[in-house]
Parts: sequence; C-alpha cells; structure tokens
Amino acid sequence: MSQDRIRNFSIIAHIDHGKSTLADRILEVTDTVSGREMREQLLDSMDLERERGITIKAQAVRVLWKGHQLNLIDTPGHVDFTYEVSRSLQACEGAVLVVDAAQGVEAQTVANAYLAIENNLELLAVVNKIDLPAADPDGAAAEIAELIGGAANDVLRISAKTGQGIEAVLDAVIARIPAPSGAAAASPRALIFDSSYDQYRGVVAFVRAVDGTFRTGEGVQAMAQGTRFEAEELGFFSPTMRASQTLEAGEVGYLITGLKDVSRLRVGDTLTSRENPAGEPLPGYKDVKPMVFSGLFPTDSDEYPNLRDALEKLKLNDGALIYEPETSQALGFGFRCGFLGLLHMEIVRERLEREFDLDLLVTAPNVAYQVVTLAGAEIEVHNPADMPPDIERVEEPYIRASIIVPKEYVGPVMELATDRRGRFDHMEYLSEERAVLIYELPLAEVVVDFYDQLKSRTRGYASFDYDIVGFREGNLVKLDVLIAGEPVDALSLIIHRDSAYGRGRALVDRLRQEIPRQMFDVPVQAAIGSRVIARETIKAKRKDVLAKCYGGDITRKRKLLEQQKKGKKRMKQVGAVEVPQEAFLAVLNLNDNGR
Amino acid sequence: MSGVSHLYVHLPFCAQRCGYCDFVTVVGRRGEHGPYVQALLAELELERPLLAPRLETVFVGGGTPTFTDERELRTLLTALPPATEVTVEANPETVTTEVATLLLDCGVTRVSLGAQTFDPQLLSVLERVAGPDDVRRSFYHLRDAGCDNISLDLIYGIPGQSPAALDADIDEALALDPEHLSCYELEAKPGTRFTHRHGEELARQADALEGYFERVVERLAGAGYRWYETANFCRPPEAAGGLDLRSRHNLAYWLGRDYVGIGVGAVSTVAGRRWRNTPRLPVYLSALGRGEPPPRELEALLEDVQQRERLMLGLRLDEPLVLADLAPVVNADALARMERLELVARGGGEAESGETLTLTPRGRLLGGGVTVELLA
Repeated sequence: MSQDRIRNFSIIAHIDHGKSTLADRILEVTDTVSGREMREQLLDSMDLERERGITIKAQAVRVLWKGHQLNLIDTPGHVDFTYEVSRSLQACEGAVLVVDAAQGVEAQTVANAYLAIENNLELLAVVNKIDLPAADPDGAAAEIAELIGGAANDVLRISAKTGQGIEAVLDAVIARIPAPSGAAAASPRALIFDSSYDQYRGVVAFVRAVDGTFRTGEGVQAMAQGTRFEAEELGFFSPTMRASQTLEAGEVGYLITGLKDVSRLRVGDTLTSRENPAGEPLPGYKDVKPMVFSGLFPTDSDEYPNLRDALEKLKLNDGALIYEPETSQALGFGFRCGFLGLLHMEIVRERLEREFDLDLLVTAPNVAYQVVTLAGAEIEVHNPADMPPDIERVEEPYIRASIIVPKEYVGPVMELATDRRGRFDHMEYLSEERAVLIYELPLAEVVVDFYDQLKSRTRGYASFDYDIVGFREGNLVKLDVLIAGEPVDALSLIIHRDSAYGRGRALVDRLRQEIPRQMFDVPVQAAIGSRVIARETIKAKRKDVLAKCYGGDITRKRKLLEQQKKGKKRMKQVGAVEVPQEAFLAVLNLNDNGR
Repeated sequence: MSGVSHLYVHLPFCAQRCGYCDFVTVVGRRGEHGPYVQALLAELELERPLLAPRLETVFVGGGTPTFTDERELRTLLTALPPATEVTVEANPETVTTEVATLLLDCGVTRVSLGAQTFDPQLLSVLERVAGPDDVRRSFYHLRDAGCDNISLDLIYGIPGQSPAALDADIDEALALDPEHLSCYELEAKPGTRFTHRHGEELARQADALEGYFERVVERLAGAGYRWYETANFCRPPEAAGGLDLRSRHNLAYWLGRDYVGIGVGAVSTVAGRRWRNTPRLPVYLSALGRGEPPPRELEALLEDVQQRERLMLGLRLDEPLVLADLAPVVNADALARMERLELVARGGGEAESGETLTLTPRGRLLGGGVTVELLA
C-alpha cells in the first residue's frame, strides 16, 4: 500500500486508564474481529498479562478504516519497559494518549507523553471512561492541555467500555497523524521493536519497515549485532498471523527468522537485506542493561535443575532477563538474575512460580555498582557478596523520579524522598489540586520498599515513575552479617554509611527474632569490614525434651519428633545454626523505623 | 517364644476430670465399675495366649485405679497373673487405710501416688481433689500397710508457680523419702479447658519456667536420687539395700520390649505390631460382652520405625545406648556435631556390645532436640 494510506500509531496511558479496552474496541469497530471472537484485552496474550491487567510485550495489529491501513502498536505500560516503549514509539508517527476521566493525569501519563514527544510523535489526546459517575472530562482535558500544550477543546471524549467516540478516534488518527515517509526505492531498512519466541519457528521479530521492500525468502542481516538469517515468512497480525509476500516501506508486521536464540536478535536493531544492504542503521540502538539484581534460590535444593530449565525457557521470550549461576554458602545453588526494574523482577518471579511450579527464595534486590579498586581496576558488581575489600570509589545508579500527588501529600512525599537520599529537583502544579515532584534518587533506595512506603504515606494517591539518569559516586559501605561468627553472604548489603548503624542494629534485632533458639548460644553481628557495629545473642535453649513417654504415647511422640525433623529440613544451615528461610527475607522488610 | 512379660491394665474411672489431663478417663459411673472389670478379665483371657505364664511386671494405670469400687478392684487384682513387680496408680484422696491394705493384700508391690504439688493454691489451679494433707496422709497409710516402694508424681511449671514454690514442693516430697519420683513439666495441650484458661499466663511465664527442669534435676540429684530417665528418679541400689528401684514396667517401654495393654484406650506392642483399643467405654463393654475383642486401631511397625523408636526411647535413659543395630537411623554428621557440642558422649568401642551413645547432662535436658538431630 502506498505510504500516504498508512498510519502507524500507539496507545499510551497510565496503568488501568483503559489502553487495552480501547485497542479491543478498535478491533471491533473496524471488523478486524467479530464480537464473538472478542475476548477481553485480546492483545494481551499471556495469562499473566490478563490477570495483572498489564501488557508485558508489545505487539502490532493491522486494521483497515476508510481505505487506510492503520497499524496499532501496543506498548508495555510500565517504567521497567521504557526502552521497549520507546522502540515501539519509534515505529510510529503518532500516539493516542489516553487519560482516565476520573483519575486525570498520572505519573506514567507524564512519562509516556514525554517519551512520545522526544520521539517526535504527533499526540492525539483522549479522555476515556466518560461514562463513569466520578468522571470529570473537563478537568482531565485541562490537565492534559497543561501537560502537552494545546487546547482542552481538542481533546477527544470517549468511553472505550461503551464504544462511545471510538470512530472519532480512528478518524482523527487518519486526519492528524502523519503518514510514514520512508524512501520506498532505497535499500530496505526495518526497526525491530519487539520479538517473541515460537517453539517451532524460532524467533519472531516485530518490525517497522522504514525504507525499501523486504521479501519472503531473502537473506536478512541485523546491522548492530551482525546476526544473519533468512526471512522464512513475512506477514502481519490481523489480529492472528497472516503471511504476506512483502513488507513495504511504512508497513508494520512480523518476520519469522528461524533463529533459536532470542538474544541473537535485539530490540532496537535494524534489519536490512544481505543482497542490497543499507549503508547506515536506523538511529538509537542501545544495549539495555539490567539495573536490579537478586538471587533466586529453589526452596528445595533438589529443584535446582528445574529452576535452570525454567530460566532457559523464560529467557527465550524475555531477552532482557539475564542470569548466571550463583552459589551461596547459606542458600546453596541458585542464580543471580538481572532485571530491568522491580516490576520485571516481580513478573519473572511470578512466572517461574506459576508457570513452572517452583518454590523460590528471592534475596533482597540490589542494584548494579561500578567499583574502582585501590589498584585502579574498574569492575561492575551485581551482588553485595562480591564487593571487593579494597575500594577506591563506588558509583551507584541514580534515577529521576516523577511523583504525582494531591497537594496535601506533598509534605510526606518530600520527607520520604529526603530520607532516601533524594535530591529535590523541582515541583510543578498540574492543577490546583495536584502536583508533580521531580527528585533524583539512588536507585538502591527505591528497590526495596519505596513504592510501598509512598503508597502508604499518600493513602494510595501517589503515582510514581522513573528513569535512570546515570551512575554517581556514593559514600557506600558493605554491611556483613555474621551468624555464630560466620559471614552470611545472602544477608550482605551495600548501603550508605550514614544509615549503616541504624540498619545494622535493626537487622540484627530482626534476625534475633527470626532465628529460633538453638542448642548453643548464637551471636548475631553486623559488621563493616572487621568492625562489629551491632550485636545480639540468641540464648541457647535450656530445655527441649518431651515430659513423659510411656507405652501409650510412643507412636504420637515419635510422630511429633518426625514432624520436627521435617520442619528442620526447611531450614537453611549456616555453619551449625539452622536459619529459617524467612530470616533471609528480614532485610527486605526492614524499614527506617526497624519495624 | 516365651511370651510377653509386661501387662498394662487401664482403669479409666475418676472422681472428676482434671483440666490438664488428656488420658482416657471416665468420670463417676459407679454402676459400670463391675461390668468394666468383667470386660477387662474377658479381654485378658483373649490375650492370654500372648502372655508368658509368669509375668515380670503388671502396671495398673488410669484414670484413678484406686477410685474404682473396692470390691471390683479386689476382684481384678486377685485375677491378674502373678508378676515380680505389680504397680498401681493412686490418687491421694482415695488412699484410705482400707484401700492401702487392700492393695498390699492383693500382691501390689509398688504404688505410684499422684501428688503433683503440695501447694494448696497450685492444687486448685490443677483442679485436683486432694489437699496437701491428703498427699502426706495417703503416703503414710501406704507405708503403714507395708508398702516399701512408693513413687511420687510431681508436676512443675504450673501457672503461678514461683521458683520458691517449686523448691518448697521438692522439699515436701523429699521429706517423705519416697523410693521413686516422677517429675513432669505441665503440658498445656492445645484445645484443653486448661490451656484455654491458663495459656496466656503460661506463655508469659515461659522464659522463667525454662529453668525449672534443671532445678528439679539438680535438687533431686543433690538429694542422692538417680536420674535414670528423663522424667524419673529413684534411690540408687547403694541407698536401697542393693535393690534396683527403677520402674521395671516403664523400663520395658524404654528398652523397646513387647507389652500387652488391656482396657479402654490401652495400647499393646507385640512383634512389630501395635494396636490401640477403642477409647469409648460403651463400645468396649459391648464388644467384650459378646466375647469379642474390642475395636482396635492397628499400626504395623516397620524395621526402621522400630529402630527410630528405640533411639528416641533409649536416649531418655542414663545408661549407654548400644549403637550397633541402630546405625541405619542415626545421622553420622549430626552425631559428630552433637559430640562437638558436648551433648552426646560416645563409648564402649572396645566392649563386646560395640559402640554406645550416652547423653551428657545438658544433652539430656535437650534430649528431644538431640534426638531430632540424630534421626537420619
């Protein structure tokens, strides 16, 4: 199809503002699916996505409307997937920005709108859920106008639920979003904005053809990674896979590669023809680096091979997940995994537990550290236990956080951000009622319970988003925990020197409560290097024996002991001390009050 | 095979049920004492083929055996097979001169007296009928009737019991100079009336009570008693004219010997099979009324289960436990660890019986935990 009849667009929104419902309605209105085929949130193919109401992987669907080919590119809705969102946006010329009429602009609305603007997209603002009793379409429209400029009157008012205003959205997509303008006769270039893995056909790339024409069967090359393969099948989703002989400039579709390893094809890379290669790749490819790490250990050590298999399978569909074997003297064999962010970590863990039926122990998350040793070596540390002793300088990742709150919660949010070593950048009022606070914060201060704290201090009203702004030096120390004199690798922390004493004391106190008394005194210490900064002793039990045992009791008493034996098997052995698995999570639940 | 030489006889009747008790007991029912004794004798006849012609021990437990109608009690005791040791459990308020004489007349050699405590306040917490004077009086009635082997049961860790009150109880008990003492920590079983009433107080006292067991052992050992089983103490032979005053019947349990139990809820273990009679009195009576054995719950004890039990029970005793045939159920690493912690001592390497295990005094205080560790 000629490019002037093509429109490529995304829908962007804060979570739960109705992005997926709008996508469903568009498929219905354009007769892409019949009402009977319609499932709620059709584009979210994984069970988990549907259940959590979020979209993990971007996909693209082609619909026809009034003689035009519209490609709707669905984007992930969460900060962890910013890079994927931005790739998806790069495949478009415009975006429909959806805002809930009752909620107004939220943190992800802001973040996504800015991303779209950075990508030079035409924004088409829509207020959704106008059928709700609590809807305030004018208020929401005014907030959008304040955010992206323009007039509140230009903002469309719809209800994706009832279908009201959907056709007007499609008309506006044609009228207001520019057509693609690639060089149709040039060497072919296509942007990979997502990929997935099919057990039989290998890696499937989702691409936006920018220039030229791709043909089925031709040799293709990924320009940044250099990976070569054959275009086994080209096609598009409508909404199921439909093969097509070509993908032309401006079109969006899929390309089946036959590759057996998702990591060989990275989102953001440019595909070109091997026969007729383009000289320059499309701009903007970057290697995404995981920023949050944690150890995953099977609760039952016999499950280790199953965990390994599960991670291998998961990795096929999730190129951003990295993992390497880790051995902890406390927790045994497991894997240190790297994630894009907290939600990504949560999703991976949940998929492992749900889809692979694994029982996991997940250590407290930490961030990536860039360390310069006294000898001048530069290393990246993903695990507090690996922190070298001779440190010249440590740098940690910082984020720029936008937090949107009703104005009465500005105080508590500032207090929290300051507690977490936040540096205030600026504050703006979105309306008379709501403000957006911009802070720079160490990512490490956010990975543990920042979001929970934020929610509880603002009665759930705050919305939060962030992006990584780089690495900065910090006055950081490694806090070790020793149980009965043995350092417990899984409990080591890297924290700011100023909070080391408080955290050390709280941690030791918490462990004293979590670790049952043993048959000997157990000292629990927190130390920085060789200096002990906090100490508690778990006193030895003085009595542990069944009062009486005669002929009538023997079976019952034997079963009681066998039960105790089973209970002990769930404990982890640290030296001679039995430590319940919950104790390893103690670090997770320590807040500043040492709750 | 020469037959089982240990017989347990259960008499479930009590004047009232004490709040902390979880034995099979029946309150009152005087009219049923006769039929019950007849049923017991019928069951004894059914089990006779399992028993040796002359028994080593008979133990009549309860309930409160001495609450049973005197005529019926006499009928029972007279009909039981002869044994070297015949023990009867008794509650102080039921032991009159007449009952004491009856017991001794009928061949009873040993009486286990449920004193529990001498503190009136604590007796009422335990919902016991007897007062402190009943305890002392009953003891002397037994002595006067010629009983030369009396055991006192004491309970410690009663809600509200101070360390001084514990010491006072021990003083009172020692003043009577019994041959044997059984001392139990109060077990507040979940769901009992007692736990409902006193659970919070017990939880509050938990730390303080922990030292009581040690105190009991210290005091009784200090008074010359042999701590021969976790909860049991006796005068050593050198203080008893060379007699072994340990409960021979209970030793049979702890050494893993076979035993036959008759009566409601009674348990037997014979040749790798264990069975428990129905705990329901009417069901028991009607089955034996028809000349049939009572309904029973059966448990087959596999070889390794028997070994586990021998380990669990053997570690309660002060005598070395022979390891040889228990090796498959003992975790060698744990054994080495327990030895390093000085909770267990090994010995007997050269002796004919082979290697042995003995718990150290602290190991015995932690015997349950040590057993759990050692079990492979």
